[in-house]
Amino acid sequence: MITNLTAAELSRQLKDRQLSAIEVAEAFLDRIETTDSNYGAYLLVDRKGALAAAERAQKLIDADASGPLTGVPIAIKDNMSTEGVETTCASKILKGYVPPFDATVVERCKAAGMVMLGKTNLDEFAMGTSTENSAFQLTRNPWDTTRSPGGSSGGSAAAVAAELAPLSLGSDTGGSIRQPAALCGIVGYKPTYGRVSRYGLIAFGSSLDQIGPFARTVEDAALLAETISGHDPLDSTSLAAPPIRPKFDNVNLKGKRVALPKELLADANAPAVTREVEKAIEALRREGVIFEEISLPSIQYGVTTYYIIAPAEASSNLARFDGIRFGPRSEGEGHIGVVERTRAEGFGHEVKSRIMIGTYALSAGYYDAYYLRAQQVRAKMQMEFAEAFHKFDAILSPTSPVTAFKIGELSGDPMALKLLDYCTIPANMGGMPGISLNCGFDDGGLPVGLQLLGAPMEDEKLLEMARGVEQVLRDARRRPPLA
Amino acid sequence: MSITLEEVRHVAKLARLDLDETEMLSLQGELNSLLGHFDDIQSVDVSGIEPSSHAVSLQNVWAEDIPGISLSRDRALSNAALSKAGLFLVPAIIED
Repeated sequence: MITNLTAAELSRQLKDRQLSAIEVAEAFLDRIETTDSNYGAYLLVDRKGALAAAERAQKLIDADASGPLTGVPIAIKDNMSTEGVETTCASKILKGYVPPFDATVVERCKAAGMVMLGKTNLDEFAMGTSTENSAFQLTRNPWDTTRSPGGSSGGSAAAVAAELAPLSLGSDTGGSIRQPAALCGIVGYKPTYGRVSRYGLIAFGSSLDQIGPFARTVEDAALLAETISGHDPLDSTSLAAPPIRPKFDNVNLKGKRVALPKELLADANAPAVTREVEKAIEALRREGVIFEEISLPSIQYGVTTYYIIAPAEASSNLARFDGIRFGPRSEGEGHIGVVERTRAEGFGHEVKSRIMIGTYALSAGYYDAYYLRAQQVRAKMQMEFAEAFHKFDAILSPTSPVTAFKIGELSGDPMALKLLDYCTIPANMGGMPGISLNCGFDDGGLPVGLQLLGAPMEDEKLLEMARGVEQVLRDARRRPPLA
Repeated sequence: MSITLEEVRHVAKLARLDLDETEMLSLQGELNSLLGHFDDIQSVDVSGIEPSSHAVSLQNVWAEDIPGISLSRDRALSNAALSKAGLFLVPAIIED
């Protein structure tokens, strides 16, 4: 079946003329049409655009001018601008917004001959860990449709897990790629901050946001990472570094030094998560990986630091949504009244809550106690991580303290939802690359994710190690019970 | 620290959010619960630590001042709720 092939396999078969790009696009579009009602992964499917892109891709293949992902379909999280295709951030305040330009990542995917299938669901403005905060629809976990796929990139994760796309893009501000990847049993990778352009990504927390791939294998994730990474003059925080290009020919785990921070392997994790991660550690130890338990004490302040810095930046970034230049405009009294009504009616509750926290943390009298202090704690955390990476090749932990939870189960408990990011937040604070891989299943058959963190800029090394870990742990036969 | 309803009202004004009484009360509850959790960082020893504005260190980035291709006026206006004569239309901000 075309739709369960990996991107690398699709690419090989496209080049060998066993498949045509149009056949591939149609297979995914048809599967989306008949089965996505079970998952709600896509907010928008661009059938016409996808078929036109597939025709262009086939011409490149026919002319022997194709690259590694030419003709391979992709789904894009709906917070990345797509020229001529509605982009909503799953918010009513952007309903009907049609960007007049492509985000750099989208432009690079197109230039590589990739075929965009559509836009995927997310928590409104990427604020959430369950995709339940979308203003438009719920997304369901392909392993159990009564459960959440995680978030905020839940649609992109579910699309890949449900074989509704071989690859997708998500964004990760505090774990929004890695956590849903863990809950959906796939690979999710957040590159080093600055290695992938944020131009055209609708900003949430600018000092933390990073775009990255979802895939079913590390090899596929690396192919997409190479396509979208590299310096971009349109993003002033883009690093002058070459594209991410790991070498997978001679992956060897023997002698690798991996740190186990006790703060992330705590009793707070669900017993099945601890059990599966410990089994994985044992399996890797047998391959010659050297583990050592360490302490990174500032990690315990990660959630607080994140929930000050990210909302503070969001409150500023989201000031642009005023109903004047884009999005629907509400009636109101005078200029300010129009803006206040537009924002009150356009934003959902969680977004308002975060704007309020951020505005409060930045307001006179509280700035030093909250925002400034959070930035200092972040710096302290960065120093602790830098020291750890002097000695270790990677840091290993669970990705999420729990497996997929029931839809609605945590919605009444905002703090419980926020704590789901406990293991993933440190990578955003330190700017370092992080990847989540499946390492096993709980007693109910739900996937457990394992997270590897690397030193900033050492994305290649991290991906090479992740590939080695995947070879030890991955059970490719285990697939979700798909419709 | 805890936040009063009056402060919630003030912050909502700063954030340009026209919230009704029910939303104000619910946000007051949520903010207070979060601020309770935030107290943990007040005890961290941060003396002598420079605040980090970013995850990776980047110095000022300079670019040559060369005009490039930018959006046409029509395209820039294409998403506006109201526009007229090539301009965004906003409610009057200056009285006659």
